Amino acid sequence: MKFFKKFILFIIALAALIAVLIINLKTGLRALNVIGFSFKEMALVLPPLFILLGLLDVWVPKEKMMRYMGEGSGIKGIILAIIIGSVAAGPLYAAFPVAAALMRKGVKFTNILIFIGAWSTTKVPMLLFEISALGARFAMTRLAIDIFGIIIIAYVLYIIVSKREVKALYYKAENL
Amino acid sequence: MEQIFNYIFNGFLYIVCIVFLIISFLKSREKTKKALIKAWKSFENILPLLLGIIFIVGILIAVLNAQVISKLIGSNSGFIGVAISSTVGAITLIPGFIAFPTAALLLENGAGYMQIAAFISSLMMVGIVTLPMEFKYFGKKISIVRNILAFLFSFLVAFAISKVMEL
Repeated sequence: MKFFKKFILFIIALAALIAVLIINLKTGLRALNVIGFSFKEMALVLPPLFILLGLLDVWVPKEKMMRYMGEGSGIKGIILAIIIGSVAAGPLYAAFPVAAALMRKGVKFTNILIFIGAWSTTKVPMLLFEISALGARFAMTRLAIDIFGIIIIAYVLYIIVSKREVKALYYKAENL
Repeated sequence: MEQIFNYIFNGFLYIVCIVFLIISFLKSREKTKKALIKAWKSFENILPLLLGIIFIVGILIAVLNAQVISKLIGSNSGFIGVAISSTVGAITLIPGFIAFPTAALLLENGAGYMQIAAFISSLMMVGIVTLPMEFKYFGKKISIVRNILAFLFSFLVAFAISKVMEL
């Protein structure tokens, strides 16, 4: 039963895919094609990412990370969060486990949110591609607004969410 | 083109990972083993959810292709077009190699910069399909508020980009 609950989303998605394949074979095959690509991306990015996170957990002392990105790290912590998010490879879902690892290392909550924002909007490989597809003016304007945007969103979230909730989140991250 | 950059970054990721693994192994076998066990556990932890999400994203991208989207956001669709494009962008999480050519195609088909900017912005920052995963790491409240804020923010981005592109 626990196994079933764990895979419930996958089972629903699989049923949906079969339904699409029956209704419209062409669309279904296109879906399969995209799934194949995403699967490859996942298989390529996640193993080294998780191994690096495992090494981070074991080797980097919490005090050190806290000094650079914890409470009182100020602008230095913000810039580090943006850099780590920007040089990352992989889709947004890969950022969540990294965020959990940062929580375990006592990184400030706003810096974690800024990291998530940077991962989603300022990634370098993505940006280069954006410039070639939509032009530098478009890409640079978006980048400039988004850097402000992710910091603002991080602080608005920080104001809305209570200290107790953040604490519960960090506690939960210990077991993820 | 993004593929090439991705390969370079992935290659870099692998090199960094292997170098650190070797250093770690030389320093302490015990700790390295612990790190690998941790890595495997957290991977195993999200795998079922991730598989489901990948399938759903695949189906959505296949159904919402460029032709369908460009029908929704015509040349003079204005604010409604912006609302539609950021909603389409919000639902799914489209990889860059599909998103940007789609955006360029939409531009050719008469969509304005405002709609495209809204589409790209919410595409990147808002992910309804990936919410189950975000819930797992950030809890329901923070995830939902973050996505709503990012969705609203994409309107601001759309407005600003359309102003800059008009200059």
